[in-house]
Amino acid sequence: MNGGAAAIVGAAESTNIGVLPGISNFQLNVDAALNALADACLGPRDIDGLACGYVDAGDLAAHLGIRPAWIDTTVVGGCSWLNQLRHAVAALAAGLCTNAVIVHGESGRSRVGGPHHNFGHPGSHADQFVFPYAYSGPVTALGLPAVRYMRRYGLREEDLANVAVTHRLWAQNNFRAFRQGRTSVQEVLASPMIAWPFRRLMCCVVTDGGAALVLTSRSRAYEFRKPPVFVLGCGESLGGYTLGAAGFVDPIHADISVRSCGAALKEAGVQRSDIEHLMIYDAFVHLPLFGLEALGFVAAGEAAQFLAEGHTSPGGDLPMNTNGGGLCYTHTGSYGMFMLQEAVRQLRGEAVEQVPGVELSLCHGWGGCWSAAATVILSREPSS
Amino acid sequence: MTHIPTPTPETESFWRGTLRGELLLQRCQQCGLAFFPPRSACPACRSLEVPEFKALGTATLHSFVLNERASEPWSRPQCVALVDLTEGIRLLTCLVDCGNDPAALELGMPLELTFKPLSSLISLPVFRPRARSDPNT
Repeated sequence: MNGGAAAIVGAAESTNIGVLPGISNFQLNVDAALNALADACLGPRDIDGLACGYVDAGDLAAHLGIRPAWIDTTVVGGCSWLNQLRHAVAALAAGLCTNAVIVHGESGRSRVGGPHHNFGHPGSHADQFVFPYAYSGPVTALGLPAVRYMRRYGLREEDLANVAVTHRLWAQNNFRAFRQGRTSVQEVLASPMIAWPFRRLMCCVVTDGGAALVLTSRSRAYEFRKPPVFVLGCGESLGGYTLGAAGFVDPIHADISVRSCGAALKEAGVQRSDIEHLMIYDAFVHLPLFGLEALGFVAAGEAAQFLAEGHTSPGGDLPMNTNGGGLCYTHTGSYGMFMLQEAVRQLRGEAVEQVPGVELSLCHGWGGCWSAAATVILSREPSS
Repeated sequence: MTHIPTPTPETESFWRGTLRGELLLQRCQQCGLAFFPPRSACPACRSLEVPEFKALGTATLHSFVLNERASEPWSRPQCVALVDLTEGIRLLTCLVDCGNDPAALELGMPLELTFKPLSSLISLPVFRPRARSDPNT
């Protein structure tokens, strides 16, 4: 049990996010890492742990001038940065390194010099059993359980559209958000059809950007410029076969989420009812609904009504995706790191849409179109 | 652009089966579990006695989307689906000849196997609606 053993003492996004054809995939990683080091007031020689994903780790270490004694390049999709955070906490607790940086950068929209990852290598399961079936992006695999959910619980297209509307409330005044201003159910339902029932505004944005975190062990957590954010609990799981929902008994309330969240809550020693701020990976509008239910925050079939009642919106009692989420803020293809950044901002009191007095935040992400899940619980205090 | 799968030594038999119009699954001789996609050991009991058998070719619709951006050789929209095989296996596939009207696509509706040739080496198992009055059911 490593609950509270490490803290985030540096956190920053790349200088710009959005549409960035003038910066490479590699440089987005560099820019994000340098910004996070500056936030922690550390230099390259202070860092001896490196985690990264969609970039060559050796190139990145050499370029930054860091000499890692601990390396993690776990890539299981969009939640990978939550997984890497968990691994970094374990490494710090075990004394494998002193200060670790976790770096994400992805030219996901402009695709300048990367991203350096491929989920469909020839001969892989995805190559043989997912991509041949009219696949044109995650919506055609990850989106599949949504219609099952709609039919089971009587959801209408309007209800799905309202998820996008509620997320925009958080992003409407956020100058770094890709989609700003308010939207309406009518506007969402008038946007182009991508794959029924998903219209463009029900899908996340596609952007370029990066972000990084600096972690240190609990004993040094208060030696830094910014207030520490402790990693109270983490969980991770793998479960799906073939990128989609094919391997799951119940792809709506997937056991990968239950397992991952359960492990995180247990390690943190907190209850769901203690969570004051929530980030749930919203690549598409049904995912926050699936997450709220799989994680046990609302009963099965009740999430859409929960959002409609404003519980997760500004002023609500369970603020969720307060940066506007992947639906509005940014989504480079792998969004997990941006969830962590927003949770850290909220706990530090630095967020654009600051929720008053957040002490405990839970981030839950998925990866590889539903084949992986990861959960991180962050806190202002080192123990619950 | 058409995505053509690259078979491996472990999946060659499966893909050869598709050329004969067969959807091959495996069943563990130790514990009886039927599974897909192809693999060398039972995921429940690790038995290596996992021979192939030919699927009945019947299924029901579990869920779907209608992809408006599908590439050749698919239609626009193209119904991408999860189907539940009679053998108890959930498969990601496509529905053809299904009308593409979401209101008419009922979850649980009966489906039957057919194939969509992609190349001289690959034919994709896909499904189409099966008439409920079909005397063979």
